Amino acid sequence: MATIWRFGADVNTDQIVPGRYAPYMTSEAELPTFAFIEARPEFAKTMQRGDLIVAGRNFGCGSSREYAPLALKLLGVGAIIAPSFARIFFRNALNLGIPLFEADLTHLADGATATLDRATGIVTSGGETITLPPPAAWIREVWEAGGIVPYFRTHGHFPGQAGN
Amino acid sequence: MAQTLAEQILSHAAGYSVQAEDVITASVDLVMAHDSISPSIIKVLREELQAPRVWDPERVALVVDHVAPASSIQTAEAQARLRRFAREEGIGHLFDVGRGISHQVLIEERLARPGMLIVGSDSHSTAYGAVGAFGTGMGTTDIALALATGQTWLRVPETVRIRATGRLQPGVGAKDLGLYVARMLRADGATYRSVEWHGVDFLSIGDRMTLATLSIEVGGKAGLIPPTGPAAADLDVPNWLRVEEGAHYEQTLDVDLALLTPQIAMPSYVDNVADLADVGRVAVDVVYLGTCTNGRHEDMATAARILRGRRLAPGVRMLVVPASSQALELAIADGTLTTLLQAGATIGTPGCGACIGRHMGVLAPGEVCLFTGNRNFRGRMGSPESQIYLGSPAVAAATAVTGYITDPRELEAVDEAEALFA
Repeated sequence: MATIWRFGADVNTDQIVPGRYAPYMTSEAELPTFAFIEARPEFAKTMQRGDLIVAGRNFGCGSSREYAPLALKLLGVGAIIAPSFARIFFRNALNLGIPLFEADLTHLADGATATLDRATGIVTSGGETITLPPPAAWIREVWEAGGIVPYFRTHGHFPGQAGN
Repeated sequence: MAQTLAEQILSHAAGYSVQAEDVITASVDLVMAHDSISPSIIKVLREELQAPRVWDPERVALVVDHVAPASSIQTAEAQARLRRFAREEGIGHLFDVGRGISHQVLIEERLARPGMLIVGSDSHSTAYGAVGAFGTGMGTTDIALALATGQTWLRVPETVRIRATGRLQPGVGAKDLGLYVARMLRADGATYRSVEWHGVDFLSIGDRMTLATLSIEVGGKAGLIPPTGPAAADLDVPNWLRVEEGAHYEQTLDVDLALLTPQIAMPSYVDNVADLADVGRVAVDVVYLGTCTNGRHEDMATAARILRGRRLAPGVRMLVVPASSQALELAIADGTLTTLLQAGATIGTPGCGACIGRHMGVLAPGEVCLFTGNRNFRGRMGSPESQIYLGSPAVAAATAVTGYITDPRELEAVDEAEALFA
């Protein structure tokens, strides 16, 4: 069972990993420990691999720092589910192969347990079953490849390219 | 079919006619990378992509601006690695410590030009829209892929049009327009949209950069100002790039500039904007003038006009970090710098300064800052217990004089009254 970590709307990348904690300023090895270090210090310490981030709209707004989603990936976040994502974050997370679902699950409580079947997008929590809207086919292909670099190396082109 | 500016540029970059929602692979005209993430870009390029060379060293610009000069052995080492990378790759466009903020420098150097597709390792790469280029920010992996292949993939964005009419009142500037638009659209109001700013032909390239950089703060993929009007007269605009009658705008926001008053973004969201008049009496510890949004010569000159013959309020520090060495030179040449120093301001090395809270004026717990930058997120400039208010250079100068957030028109009224009795 995964635990749900609830966040509000407009979570920005300075909250996910402040610029002062960038690998440029600290170290790559420590990066996962800096996730939400000021906004929610217990997150990196107690979250378990596969846990779900459920947030309000515009998750990941702000800077283009890929180390923000990278920190979440290294911690093993199972998926991020929010009504909408800022697009640089969306793209960075997709490139890293982190599953994102655009859906509003903010009625689920912080700390609730849940399961997510990434293939079907079915979430169960507290007796409730929710089917998340499926991502576009090309997005799923990038996930399944494990991110944009493996995708590019396998296919020899970018998603959406002519001949794709 | 009539196209938006984004559709025109991306059609050109894709080599065929595209429209909003298409997922395309496009050729990039310029890739910008800065010191902050250059170690990880080089790592992805060399280790994950195993790319022996960048695709075209002439179309790569490297800038040391995020921690410039280096604040630690670690950042110094990463910058040394970046210089070595430039040599290995034969990249001539390396702009080192002190030259300034990437976006400002690329526009000054005319590396960013109308009609280009430019990807940069910085979210404020929307700045290049000030000269009619489709500039967009990307992360490490996308930038490494663009460096390796000269290409990127994009979903062609829909366009939100800002339609300004009238003229700004004295004491009100492009920053107030940008913040007002954030207030109206909100932080996600233009998510993955191109923001096209119409009716601003009278603005300088610098003021257009203010609007273009603020476009990401409403979620914009790009922020495009049509390259027309006096300031664009010496830009080399391709004949296929122009506002077309009948282009599809998903949304239009009308703004009467004559009605606009100074705007303030209050802690800790860029869209938490109010009229300055409604903000109340907010005492500040620090006034910070700088960044790609408002650190240019004209911004310093605006502040100097208000600070001339005045001193900073007791207990207030004012930091001025010019956006580029050229901006600094201009400020020296016309006496702006002397005026700022005589008022009690201090000057930093051209670059990003404390915008990302890493060096050169980081805020202490409890401190309040009036900042001419573009983000006021909690902890952005230092302590998460500090508070950041965003405002224009004129508001910054007026605030430095009084010690609390002040409408510059109040001080100008004092000046006018004094002139009457002089």
